[in-house]
Amino acid sequence: MMELLTTHYNYVVFAVLLGIGLYMIIDDENLVKKVIGLNVFQTGIFLFFITISVRDGGLPAVGKGSESAYVNPLPHVLILTAIVVGVSLTALALALVVRIHEEYGSIREDVVVEVLEDE
Amino acid sequence: MSDLTLLPILLVVVPLVTAAFLLAVGRFVGGAGRVLALVATLANTAIAFVLAGETLGQDGRPIRTEIAGFPAAEGGIELFVDGISAVVLGLIALVSLGVLVASFDRRRQDSFYALYVLLMAGLSGMVVTNDLFNLYVFLEISGLATYALIASDGSGRSALASLKYLLVGTVGASLYLLGVGYAFVATGYLNMVQLEGAFAEIGHQEPLVQTAFALIAAGLVIKIALFPVHTWQPDAYTEAPDRVTALVAALVSTTAAYALVRISLGVFTPAFFEANSLIHTLLLALAGASVVAGSVLAVMQREVKRMLAYSSVAQFGLVVLGIYLLNGTALTGTVIHLLGHAIIKVGLFLGVAAFATAYGVRTVSEYDGLAERAPYASAAVAVLALALVGMPPTVGFVGKFYIAIGAFEAGAWALLAIIVASTVLTLGYVMRLLERMYFADPPDSSPVSPPAADLSTDGGDPTDESATDGDHTVDEPSNDGPSNDVSRTDTAAAGRISRPLLAVVIVAALATLALGVLGSTIEGALAATVEVLV
Repeated sequence: MMELLTTHYNYVVFAVLLGIGLYMIIDDENLVKKVIGLNVFQTGIFLFFITISVRDGGLPAVGKGSESAYVNPLPHVLILTAIVVGVSLTALALALVVRIHEEYGSIREDVVVEVLEDE
Repeated sequence: MSDLTLLPILLVVVPLVTAAFLLAVGRFVGGAGRVLALVATLANTAIAFVLAGETLGQDGRPIRTEIAGFPAAEGGIELFVDGISAVVLGLIALVSLGVLVASFDRRRQDSFYALYVLLMAGLSGMVVTNDLFNLYVFLEISGLATYALIASDGSGRSALASLKYLLVGTVGASLYLLGVGYAFVATGYLNMVQLEGAFAEIGHQEPLVQTAFALIAAGLVIKIALFPVHTWQPDAYTEAPDRVTALVAALVSTTAAYALVRISLGVFTPAFFEANSLIHTLLLALAGASVVAGSVLAVMQREVKRMLAYSSVAQFGLVVLGIYLLNGTALTGTVIHLLGHAIIKVGLFLGVAAFATAYGVRTVSEYDGLAERAPYASAAVAVLALALVGMPPTVGFVGKFYIAIGAFEAGAWALLAIIVASTVLTLGYVMRLLERMYFADPPDSSPVSPPAADLSTDGGDPTDESATDGDHTVDEPSNDGPSNDVSRTDTAAAGRISRPLLAVVIVAALATLALGVLGSTIEGALAATVEVLV
């Protein structure tokens, strides 16, 4: 068990990040923190993809030493795309939070729901 | 690369480029935005029809395209269009065209039209791609456009609904991405055709393969909005501007359901479900629960848009049921029901938009005696509502009939009972509405409010009239937030239904009838494609 933790700690961090992110999305009343939670959740998945591309003693695929082992570049490219998607989503989410704050004067979900019920 | 293999690329590139240039051109040429959006939509419609002509029928062949000359075998992205995807592509293009005509309005900002064509690009991309990661990217593109469109009226309520959808939808898409990661670890492939062979080789009971499917299915089911992960959907549909609801309700879940068909049957294949009976049973149970819960929740709603939203939860339960019955008859029914449901819902939501803008009515009880005030729109809505129930000879009947026969062939008696019961449950909420519209007396206390001064209908150019609805117009951004409040007497009621909107609702009603009559023709056209998948 300990050996698994010390050699595969990336996977442990991946699972922990997913858990923290999901918990923040579900539990936190602060809408900005929900968005941060979403980012943490996605970062966990990015870490998973980067981890699976690693090979022991592997070098970056770009550059010299084509004879030696190299890490799989495909997951890197995929995650580069996924990061762009994540940034766009964060931008949109924050824009919506700004709009909600303008309308209801709060970024806390419970307060906003209260205002809505009073209307 | 012949011209034909270029067409699937154009389906994505044309709207994508239009979305980018529309804003730039719109700065210099007033009103260019909506014209460019219309041109892109027409182009996509034409391309989709050519592709359908090539791929449907007995001698139809799937079209495969390798992007930029990278062979798929070496990790290049490939596009793939078969009969079923061609049908869904045609649906996306035609529904986009219909809703665009109904919301053609010079007072809308160009950004609305940019998002509109961006959504079309994302959805078309999801359908044509043959690459799991590429599908994720298009899933998120269409997601981004959808979230922004839902909040496009600028009201606080729609922003909140949109954010809720964004959080849940992104978690869904991320789970899908994680599933793709597991599939990649298991096989080293992302191409759907290569994955199919690789999964069969390493065995369908391999834990990595099982996990990959579970995560992918969970992600897509959230996007489809099946019970119990539907919670984002009623708020998003209710608070969005009426025409956006029509577009989103007709296309977004439909395309996600198509992706589920492709991945479940084309990549994991029916053999996967035979090897993993627990996953199979869980999915069927989920779909069955969705049918029942969605219908029951729909009956309980006061607001018409929310009622129709819950109805979608139930109808997609039927669709998913059809996928996992794993036979050709049920799959044919699934495709027809996907098609039929989209047309029915776009018509019904546009009908709701028409009534809301003309008379300010939004709840079931406010629909009293509407048939007298708006006979044509009411007749069209009645046809669409009966199609939703599954009344012959509409397309709603054909879809449900094939799914029911599929359940019979599979010997799934409990599911057959649910399918039959769903008809009765649907009748429950549909008849409540129709009875109000046709047999209740119009209330004396709420006369048609006179049109507001700046919204007067002058009977001029029909496209001008559509500007009178206050649905995401530049002038009055916050006037439109639909509320759960029963007394919405302050709504600016235009007093009459805009002609383009009415025309699209009537066309949708006629389409459900036409497709219903042509049911067996559709089955024949799909037969070759369906045979390959099941």
